[in-house]
Amino acid sequence: MDTTISTGAEEESVWGGGNRPLGASYGKLMMWFFIVSDALTFSGFLASYGFSRFKFIETWPIADEVFTHVPFVHGNFPMYYVAFMTFILIMSSVTMVLAVDAGHRMMKNRVILYMFLTIIGGAIFVGSQAWEWATFIKGDYGALETKGGRILQFVKADTGDRAALADFAEVIPTERETLGRSDGFWFSSESSLPTYSLEEVKQGFLANPNILIRTETLNEEGEKTLLTREESLAKIKDATLVVEGANLIRNEYGSRLFADFFFFITGFHGFHVFSGVVINVIIFFNIILGTYERRGHYEMVEKVGLYWHFVDLVWVFVFTFFYLV
Amino acid sequence: MAHEHKLAIFRGALKFKSNTQKIWGVLIFLSVVTTVEVALGITKPHVLVVNTFIGMKLLNWIFIILTLVKAYYIAWDFMHLRDEKSSLRRAIVWTPIFLVSYLIFILLFEADYIYNVFKDGYLQWNF
Repeated sequence: MDTTISTGAEEESVWGGGNRPLGASYGKLMMWFFIVSDALTFSGFLASYGFSRFKFIETWPIADEVFTHVPFVHGNFPMYYVAFMTFILIMSSVTMVLAVDAGHRMMKNRVILYMFLTIIGGAIFVGSQAWEWATFIKGDYGALETKGGRILQFVKADTGDRAALADFAEVIPTERETLGRSDGFWFSSESSLPTYSLEEVKQGFLANPNILIRTETLNEEGEKTLLTREESLAKIKDATLVVEGANLIRNEYGSRLFADFFFFITGFHGFHVFSGVVINVIIFFNIILGTYERRGHYEMVEKVGLYWHFVDLVWVFVFTFFYLV
Repeated sequence: MAHEHKLAIFRGALKFKSNTQKIWGVLIFLSVVTTVEVALGITKPHVLVVNTFIGMKLLNWIFIILTLVKAYYIAWDFMHLRDEKSSLRRAIVWTPIFLVSYLIFILLFEADYIYNVFKDGYLQWNF
């Protein structure tokens, strides 16, 4: 048992304390612990998204038709804006690695510049996500909901384009007003009424033979099933509700779970980006104050860098599973 | 802190002179992969949509594989896993891969079962 005799050899007591068996400091290891557990949380969310999607595989909304907007521009641009957001986040990841690299070489001013750019990138991303949410909540075409909670969308027969409710709904003068707190009991009120009532949409639909109904069901080509005019006329009898935009209860894009998971997962990711920006700002001021210069190393930048890259890593997966697949 | 950086990517096929150069190189690679993904997502080539592999469109398989490739380079080069000891790297990478594969396997199988119940069972939900 020669090994019990201390010969000053480190190999025998790698895990005996007093050294770093994994070659990483305590702080860095703890950050990795956190990242692994957070990765498992996100995987759980995305896997449950996959669960719901496989359950309704034949009726799931097509992301290309949901996310088609670019700020300040009108028209149909599927995914361009999300691709831009992805690029912004990868770019801010790059400036973060450059900050870590400059930190290793103890170049304070470089670290300040790169951290600043990283924070700007993160802020642009969070802002874009807020805009994306606002557009999604507002909706664009409007739809009808059936007794079974399915969504009926409208298409113009001659061009094949989607038809907004405003394109064909008739305006019928009516007395119906939103029930407010001041009208009935103090505990009863309702959220805002849709722009058109069910009766107005139905009348407009009957009067306009150019409008067809599109159901949620996907055909072999992976596109939504378009009904003929006769089928549409039969189908519209099932409609019970006008839906505009999206919320946690119903949405005009199709399966209700789609909006629920969208809000939950991109919201959770957006919260990570937001807290990442806050942490980056704190570290940014510490760098300016010279905290790490005095400490002799910039490992703190490396640690927040790990978190920041992780946020980017998660986005790569969210991007794939929400917008591409 | 890992002070020495391994400067070769693509299994040594591409070597960089400095760490900064490697970072820009990886950025270019990631941007190209993202561009390919978006281009495929917009054009949706008919061949890749019609043909399937294990019940999923070839296009979706391509997206998932490209995503894993991107994740690899973000973790290896941006998060410096390439420079860490292999024991740390394995602990970080294989633990989630094992757990997540298992989770995906059971959840997707169960979901497919429920899909078939909805489809073939005496259950009316799409009305």
